[in-house]
Amino acid sequence: MPARGCIFKCLQSLLLLLCVAIHLSAQKKQLRVAAASDLQTVMPEIAAAFQADSGHHAELIFGSSGSLFAQIQNGAPFDLFFSADSEFPAKLVQSGRAEPRSAVTYAVGTLVLWLPPGANCDPQAEQWRCLLKPEISRVAIANPAQAPYGRAAVQALQFARLYEQVRPKLVYGENISQTAQFAQSGNAQAGLLSLSQVHSPSLQGGRRWEIPRDAYPAIEQVAVVLTSAREKSAAQEFVQFVTRGRGRGLLEKSGFHLPDDAQPSTRHK
Amino acid sequence: MEALWLSVRLAVLVAAILLVVAVPLAYWLAQTAWRGKFLVESAISLPLVLPPTVLGFYLLVALGANGWLGKLWLAWFGHTLAFTFTGLVVASLFYSLPFAVQPLVLAFESVDPRLLAAAAVLGASRWRAFRQILLPLSVPGIVTAAVLSFAHTLGEFGVVLMVGGNIPGVTRTVSIDIYDHVQSLDYAAANRMAIALLLISFAVLSTIYAMNRRVWSPWPGR
Repeated sequence: MPARGCIFKCLQSLLLLLCVAIHLSAQKKQLRVAAASDLQTVMPEIAAAFQADSGHHAELIFGSSGSLFAQIQNGAPFDLFFSADSEFPAKLVQSGRAEPRSAVTYAVGTLVLWLPPGANCDPQAEQWRCLLKPEISRVAIANPAQAPYGRAAVQALQFARLYEQVRPKLVYGENISQTAQFAQSGNAQAGLLSLSQVHSPSLQGGRRWEIPRDAYPAIEQVAVVLTSAREKSAAQEFVQFVTRGRGRGLLEKSGFHLPDDAQPSTRHK
Repeated sequence: MEALWLSVRLAVLVAAILLVVAVPLAYWLAQTAWRGKFLVESAISLPLVLPPTVLGFYLLVALGANGWLGKLWLAWFGHTLAFTFTGLVVASLFYSLPFAVQPLVLAFESVDPRLLAAAAVLGASRWRAFRQILLPLSVPGIVTAAVLSFAHTLGEFGVVLMVGGNIPGVTRTVSIDIYDHVQSLDYAAANRMAIALLLISFAVLSTIYAMNRRVWSPWPGR
């Protein structure tokens, strides 16, 4: 029967393909990259570009920098950690969980006030005053204990002398992604987010105001290679790709500022 | 301790409301001969199977400001359910419903139907038979239902993490508080809370098991 013959042939070639795929994936190195939630929009793109260049596949794990830090302190099997601040990586270096020489600032984050489409306050014009409007009953920020953007949000509110007034309206996202989700779904009428998230398609319709940089300490985002990394050279290659290679452009395109020169972070040599 | 007190308040309230809702529902389920009964039973038991993220997702999105149900709610009450104590109560009602209904149905079904028939022959109304025969004979089931829904609500985590917003004194329940302490590596604080919760849960559960075994019983045996 010709039909059956075809099925056999198809199956055969499929099997062959599968074998080749398994063989290839076994040859290439797998990286596990723990990344702060503000990278959720850009990191998959960077990982795909890295794979196209080097052949190494990078698995991505997202979370608040604080919760990823806690996991790594307890021995999570990651190779790399892209934090949204410089303190958590510094602590990892101190405790011997991260390679001291690997710490490098890869981006500087920007805090933005974001209002969903249809909000009757223009954050460009009214700035902080939006948060005082009675229609804005909930303001989402990330949990300041675990998320650097949450810490920055509290500091910015304090700088504007609005923290005590706005505090009753605050709701706390577990990480900056959940914070964005609270605002995007309209459950909170405003959110203090990262500029990189506001660039993502699902938040495109809203209105935003970039918080002036003097209102909060710079969100210097540092990456480290972990001492437990199985593939140190591939991990180092990934960091290079982000700080000097094509990753730089992708980061910039998605709303990050770049450190002037991607030298090893001066804070913790 | 604020978080623990909040969780206890939430659990007591949910258990109380659930009893009011679940007793008639369970009575109907135990009595009815309707062929579609299995559909209602399945719907009630859904929270046993579904992850809390499903409920959390619908509460956030369908009941958020952009969903039609949420718009209705918003127009009526002025705020969405997310980030409120009421929101947690509503979520917990769904989430703990099977823990209230199932023991009640079992208790009602295990009452000898001849007793109810005899009551009817002697001229008692259905309401009187329910009140004076079925309910007293089902007290262990009612206690189990109340205690299980209390305990289950006390331990709720996933839904609260998704819709709570972690507001101290409003939606930061003890499970969220423990999670936060662990995430910030404050193990001493996490341990204090965890031990308190562990002891309360153990005390509650051993109370019902003791009562069901008649080790200690506040009411006379049947």
